[in-house]
Amino acid sequence: MLYFSKLKIISVLIFTLVISYLSISNFIKIDDDIFKRNINLGLDLQGGSYLLLEIDNSPVIEQELQNKLIQIKKLLKEKSIIYKNLSILDNKIIYFNVEGDYVDQIVLLFEGRKSLINPYYDQFKTNQFDFLVNNNRIELSYSKYGLVQLKSSSQNRAIEIVRRRVDEIGTNEPNILKRGSDRILVELPGLDNPDRIKTLLGKTANLSFRFVTQSESEAFGSEKLSFQDGSEEANISKRIILSGENLIDAQPRMDNQSNQTVVVFNLDRIGTKKFARATSNGVGKRLAIILDGKIISAPNINEPIIGGSGQIIGDLTFQEATDLALLLRSGALPAPMKIIEERSVGPDLGQDSINAGVLSLIIGFILVILFMLGKYKIFGLIANFALITNLLLLIGILTLFEATLTLPGIAGIILTVGMAVDANVLIYERIKEEIKNESNKILAFDSGYMKSRTTILDANITTLIATIILFILGSGPVKGFALTLGVGILTTLFSVYFIARLLTSIYVIKNKHKEKLI
Amino acid sequence: MEAKNIPFNKFYKIFNILSLSLILISILLLIFKGLNFGVDFKGGTLIEVRSLDKTLNISDLRKSFNNLNLGDVKVKKFGKDNDYVVKFEKKQSAEENFIENIKIELKKDIGNIFEFRRVESVGPKVSSELLKSGIIAIALSLTAMLIYIWIRFEWQFSVGAIAALFHDVIITLGFFSFLSLEINLSIVAAVLTIVGYSMNDTVVIYDRVRENLNKFSDININEITNISINETLSRTIITSITTLLALISIFIFGGAILKGFSFAMILGVIVGTYSSIYIANPILVKLNVSQKTILKEDKEYN
Repeated sequence: MLYFSKLKIISVLIFTLVISYLSISNFIKIDDDIFKRNINLGLDLQGGSYLLLEIDNSPVIEQELQNKLIQIKKLLKEKSIIYKNLSILDNKIIYFNVEGDYVDQIVLLFEGRKSLINPYYDQFKTNQFDFLVNNNRIELSYSKYGLVQLKSSSQNRAIEIVRRRVDEIGTNEPNILKRGSDRILVELPGLDNPDRIKTLLGKTANLSFRFVTQSESEAFGSEKLSFQDGSEEANISKRIILSGENLIDAQPRMDNQSNQTVVVFNLDRIGTKKFARATSNGVGKRLAIILDGKIISAPNINEPIIGGSGQIIGDLTFQEATDLALLLRSGALPAPMKIIEERSVGPDLGQDSINAGVLSLIIGFILVILFMLGKYKIFGLIANFALITNLLLLIGILTLFEATLTLPGIAGIILTVGMAVDANVLIYERIKEEIKNESNKILAFDSGYMKSRTTILDANITTLIATIILFILGSGPVKGFALTLGVGILTTLFSVYFIARLLTSIYVIKNKHKEKLI
Repeated sequence: MEAKNIPFNKFYKIFNILSLSLILISILLLIFKGLNFGVDFKGGTLIEVRSLDKTLNISDLRKSFNNLNLGDVKVKKFGKDNDYVVKFEKKQSAEENFIENIKIELKKDIGNIFEFRRVESVGPKVSSELLKSGIIAIALSLTAMLIYIWIRFEWQFSVGAIAALFHDVIITLGFFSFLSLEINLSIVAAVLTIVGYSMNDTVVIYDRVRENLNKFSDININEITNISINETLSRTIITSITTLLALISIFIFGGAILKGFSFAMILGVIVGTYSSIYIANPILVKLNVSQKTILKEDKEYN
């Protein structure tokens, strides 16, 4: 085990040097294009916010069931099928009753690959709705994949809106990812105060323009809504004149005449037409501007607005106007979302954590090095050299893959330092035993390396198993710990079997006649 | 360290009784006292507050937070003199922006003499998911270890190794229950690392036991384990020392956030080293492992 071919020596050296160079480039600014890589710092080290949002899909389901109900009503009318009690149960099931004669016809319409009202998904081999006939009662409920489809489409729309809102605020390098079927993960590095972004992400931003009405007997029905500041209520028609979809731009402005902050908006072509028609017919009425069920303002219409732009005058501060404009520009979420997990770390705590982590790394490192030097003298020196290489390789490989370093990740590096010498200790202790029965030093060293090899592999594989499981199942910072510890095991084996063994072999071959070698 | 001859096997019985009672106490503690789960696993909110003014003390902070109607509020010192950790059960979703509201209310109450350094808020759904995945991770790694050791050794050895692992995990958790230390995500990481470390230690001794079983046919297993423990003893001690040096360095200098993690690891390394000697080996003796045990297996392989 002490023999090395020239080719092996050269490739070990090149590998070690390249990775070490990568590792050092983290600390010293080197200007080159090939090694433009850095370890990313996790949110707990650079400060920032981790937000996990959950989409509440029940309004979407309600809306979709409602739409389906209308489609079914239309279809049954078209086919002249007489039905009773068509309605929705528990926001889950659409049901209706038909006479027995119609059941076959209904089955034909609702079941199988050809159904138009209940679309068939080829890739899942199932329809959108599970279809059930119970005597004369027909029941439709979302199939497993129907629900998956619905959730994934609402998640796709939501992530788009979240991305727009976060981009508008302009934080550096946000990370926005899907999680599961109804969650969105937002990571915002370096964000000092996450409160504003949390407020913005928590708003559905459903905008509508609707008339204030006096009569309770409005054709579309009406509802009582309160103003945003909670001061008063107004009776609002359910007929939507215009919704946020027709908006193409919104900006906060300072109105020079009234000295108030306003939000100026522009409408698309269809929106302009609708708005012009409604305001022409409604001169003298009050038009309420409603966001997420709260009235922002309800100005009087003095003259028709035909230019396709208008302004919202509420009692807004400039910040509020900016945020409102941002929400209107980025569009409405398909469903309300709430933050179900938040982890925010201030930048100075992050820096404190880096300092503490680096300090404990340096101290742990020095303690281990001194101990090994005291214990094994020249071989301690070799083990220490391997340990330093190990550390450079570990950081270098993390840099190569641009991994994220967290505080527990730093702990993993320190732990690697403590455990890495184990392999060399196992080897040296074994050599000490072998040397008692073997006068040929080189043979004793050789068999020391041979006999300890399976033990070292066994011991490291067990730790590696634990770290792999932790990496797969762990979340956030803990994943970082598993990563550094796992990579640490691999670099340890490399540094022990290539670096330390090479140095040992050079030393032993030169000093084979020395009385006491180890 | 020269080869020693310490009669470890003389104390097998005494330490087995000690271990069994510690395990029993730990289980009773876990059942009746339970674990002190942090926000990761219980849900709720944690805020690390730094006071920027010496006049602000812990009771002021406690009073102000109690006025905010947040349910059961706990305020504790954390790390440096002017740092505190505030914990309460209220979760994020209740109000849109309750952290900001807390900040505003606090400013009214005690003035602008504090900053929030860290906020962790976990909803009930997420916390139960995290707990579930933590338990799965620990169970899975124990199973994986069992399978690995089963492939590498004979079944008697896997019984011993797994018994040692359970011993370590239960006693470490028992300690956490006894001292009411907080269990959070990083403690799960620590427990898994302890599992790996303890396994590592046990495997080193077992490898030697197997080797010696092959070498000596006329020595009984009780003696064989004792010889093997002694032969590997200096390695066991040196590795424990270097690992502990690294861990103590984290414990002292690594900051308040890593305190619980490094404490669990220190405990685990000590318990794990002990169990690889005094749990893993007596079980081989009890199961009457002999040269035949290994030879039979070898025959089956051939």
